[in-house]
Amino acid sequence: MSPPVLEKTFQASDPVLQDTETFEVNLGPQHPSTHGVFRMNVKLEGETIVSLKPVMGYLHRNHEQIAENMSYLGSMPYTDRLDYFNSMSNNFGYALAVERLAKIDVPERAQYVRVIMAELTRLVNHVSVIGFLLNDLGAFFTPVLYAFREREKILDVFEEVAGSRMMCNYLRFGGVKRDLTPAVTERIKKIVRGFPKFLDEFEGLLTRNEILCIRCQKVGVLPYDLAVNAGITGPMARASGVNYDLRKVDRYSIYDRFKFKIPLGKIGDVYDRYLVRILEMRESLKILEQALKEIPAGPVMNPKFAALAKAPRNFKPPKGEAYGRVEAPKGELGFYLVSDGTAQPWRYHVRAPSLINLTVLEDLCLGHKVADAVIILGSIDIVLGELDH
Amino acid sequence: MNPAEIKTKLESEFPGIPIQIVGEGLLLGPEDLVRVARFLKESGEFKMNYLSSITAVDYLEHLESVYHLYSVDQRTGPVVLRVRVPRDNPRIPSLVHLFRSAEFQEREAYDMMGIRYEGHPDLRRIFMWEGFEGYPLRKDYLPENEDVLEWDDVEWLERHGVTVPAEYKQYAQDLKAAGKEARAERPKPGAEAV
Amino acid sequence: MDPIFVNSKKALLNLFSAFLPDWTVVLVSIFISIGAIMVLGPFTMMYLTWFERKLLGRIQNRIGPNRVGIFGLLQPIADGVKMLTKEDIVPEGADKAVHLLAPIAIVIPSLLVFSVLPFGRNMTAVNLNIGVLFFLAVSATTTLSIFMGAWASRNKFSLLGGMRSVAQLVSYEVPMVLSVVPVILAAGSLSTVDLVESQGGWNGFKWFVFTPWGFTAFITFYLSGVAECNRTPFDIPEGESEIVAGFHTEYSGMKFALWYMAEFMNVFTVSGLTAVLFLGGWQGAPGLPSWAWFFIKTYALVFVMMWFRGTLPRLRVDQLMGLAWKFLLPLTLVNIFVAGLWFFIPDLRWRVGTAVALLGLTFWALMALNRTALPEKRTYEFAE
Repeated sequence: MSPPVLEKTFQASDPVLQDTETFEVNLGPQHPSTHGVFRMNVKLEGETIVSLKPVMGYLHRNHEQIAENMSYLGSMPYTDRLDYFNSMSNNFGYALAVERLAKIDVPERAQYVRVIMAELTRLVNHVSVIGFLLNDLGAFFTPVLYAFREREKILDVFEEVAGSRMMCNYLRFGGVKRDLTPAVTERIKKIVRGFPKFLDEFEGLLTRNEILCIRCQKVGVLPYDLAVNAGITGPMARASGVNYDLRKVDRYSIYDRFKFKIPLGKIGDVYDRYLVRILEMRESLKILEQALKEIPAGPVMNPKFAALAKAPRNFKPPKGEAYGRVEAPKGELGFYLVSDGTAQPWRYHVRAPSLINLTVLEDLCLGHKVADAVIILGSIDIVLGELDH
Repeated sequence: MNPAEIKTKLESEFPGIPIQIVGEGLLLGPEDLVRVARFLKESGEFKMNYLSSITAVDYLEHLESVYHLYSVDQRTGPVVLRVRVPRDNPRIPSLVHLFRSAEFQEREAYDMMGIRYEGHPDLRRIFMWEGFEGYPLRKDYLPENEDVLEWDDVEWLERHGVTVPAEYKQYAQDLKAAGKEARAERPKPGAEAV
Repeated sequence: MDPIFVNSKKALLNLFSAFLPDWTVVLVSIFISIGAIMVLGPFTMMYLTWFERKLLGRIQNRIGPNRVGIFGLLQPIADGVKMLTKEDIVPEGADKAVHLLAPIAIVIPSLLVFSVLPFGRNMTAVNLNIGVLFFLAVSATTTLSIFMGAWASRNKFSLLGGMRSVAQLVSYEVPMVLSVVPVILAAGSLSTVDLVESQGGWNGFKWFVFTPWGFTAFITFYLSGVAECNRTPFDIPEGESEIVAGFHTEYSGMKFALWYMAEFMNVFTVSGLTAVLFLGGWQGAPGLPSWAWFFIKTYALVFVMMWFRGTLPRLRVDQLMGLAWKFLLPLTLVNIFVAGLWFFIPDLRWRVGTAVALLGLTFWALMALNRTALPEKRTYEFAE
């Protein structure tokens, strides 16, 4: 049984197409809206897309092979650079995979700090993605700068906690590197208090905007079956109605202690993906409020591994394998590690959500216009660092 | 459901199928992969309709392709399938017609490890450029040594008006005569500072 | 204060007529007018770019340029110097002659139409009695220049941009011209000077925008004007995020500066013409001179155009064409009919009532007929 494919295909015998020539255009790799160096080989019939082939690998940095020569802890800064917008989530995925491999416990306070950082990252990512989606639509940078105003506040928190705004390198196996001071906790609480008002303002300007609506509704519709079959995860799948959020399914870390809901869309077009991200931001705010209220005092690092940074090559996990996955803001980010008992991993593989989510790009774009291809790509939310690892 | 239970169910469904439990996964032969995957996907008690990840691993005597399957409806945990193939002729049937998420991941496994997936509609390199030779993530892959001038480099330099000293030219000619390519040493594991 | 420019020109001419024969004085008069426009045109354009950058910066929660001079006032000069000193890159297979001619061919009409705008009382450079027709005809030739630029670049993206642009400009000419017709009916003349003078009196309430048909015509003319200038939300020809820079991708240096200049001069002249046709031109309260009123009204409309740019995303090609052909065109046709009725119904209340009723009905009918193009409301469910 072949997987479900959208019915729109253009046959050469279609009478409309007989007297015209297809026009082949390369969108990218240098292009203002391909979110990085990414190329789409598009065949056009007038302005309608007849075929689209993504070409990637322009940012392939050999991440997996580098990790085979590094100690486990030495790869942690490299994971920051995978999805360079959400470094905390990448660290989280990797730390989870290694902790599963070597059966390391994480103290309570560290779990709460990890969840807070992961949800702050989710806020940062969703707000930027919506800004960039609107930039692709033509609203010349205004939503981006509104979104970045909030992102700056969160990046300041990251700088105070981890030392760097984007490449945080904050999580360690068995905890986090540095504790949250009361000042930082207060700052995070202030951000969480002010965020709903910003979201209301942002939504008020965008959600009922007619031009946004008519350009995004019914464009790039992803049906439920295709989403599941193609392995789509994250807000893109949830906008098509797939009720699969790793925070609820795997209940990794301490996510089962928080009350939050999963917004699901019905149609799965670009507008649904946009609105699901806004609703998810509101749910993340709920998780943050609960985490900030319940965070206990205590150590933030498992004492057995606290001195690991001084001699990373002493960390030799037992032979075996582990697959650790987290709900990164873009989808399911998985790390598959195979250990042979030495200080370097035998195999290190990243399951990048951006790469898998792109499988259906051609299906979504067929029959639409060039302008739509750009916004569909924007709504899929790819980051080249992760796609090409 | 732990691997032993899955193994018994599969053996009852396909009698005589050779399955071993390795780690937390089930080791299958390449010819059984497709029917086991189809059974796991379509049977009512498993419904593993989400293929999360395909990884290719190089264990020195053989190559292995590891599949992680999940169920979206029943929210059950990973079923790990493994397939082993010899290094010199690695061919595994493709799962693209069952799970579309295999499309790019199999291309990546082919690009990095050289495993050919038969039945894949468009098996070509995904990250490396077309015309790249070699499979980078294999353990015996030696990267090209960019500091050594080969004959093509010498010719290009001379065409652009650079005089190449005689010993470099001689070395390049010798390499070409011997039919070898300048390869770099693979960094020893742990050679990096951290 | 009001006739300051007129008087200074007369004084200069008197000066010249003292020692020159009469026919040369005519020539000098022409050159003074041309000189004034040649200074005004590019100067307006330079400071319009400054105005836009500051305004967009404020909309986007940041300060615009503020380094070069106080408040960034010397920024346009810095930009001018930059554009002049850039390397002029022409793509290898491009048609060099057409590549050079295209930006020139777009600046010339943009400058020409300055000559029929009445900047103040007695301050029109050339009082043609077909002024409005001249304006609309000459500004329509920019379509050809854009297509020349797109074609000569030998670049698929530019060609796409050029095709879209031609389609858009041609489509929006129709509602633009048709919305001017009621105004011409009311004023009885095509001359811009007569149009402004017929809106005098009644403390400003004689402006055409205060009538139902005038208001509708104002909205349709202004929207078509925004489309003619290739500004957001109709800026698909230079849709930056899709086809890089559209028809002016392959231009650099002074040629790019000419395209940019033409766009801003178009913005100014279209806003100026809207002010002349509907907002009373230089008519205004006696406190300020007439040319100040003209500039205030024009800059208010330019401000609105820039506000659109900072706030709205862009429409897709087919939706844009749909707006022109399926919405604006029928509306303008009904508007002409309503304007005609206006002049036949003697009683004021009946006049206003019929006009408002007919226009309201048309608007509602068009919205209902275009229902497929309108947004729908969505609901989302939450799962545990």
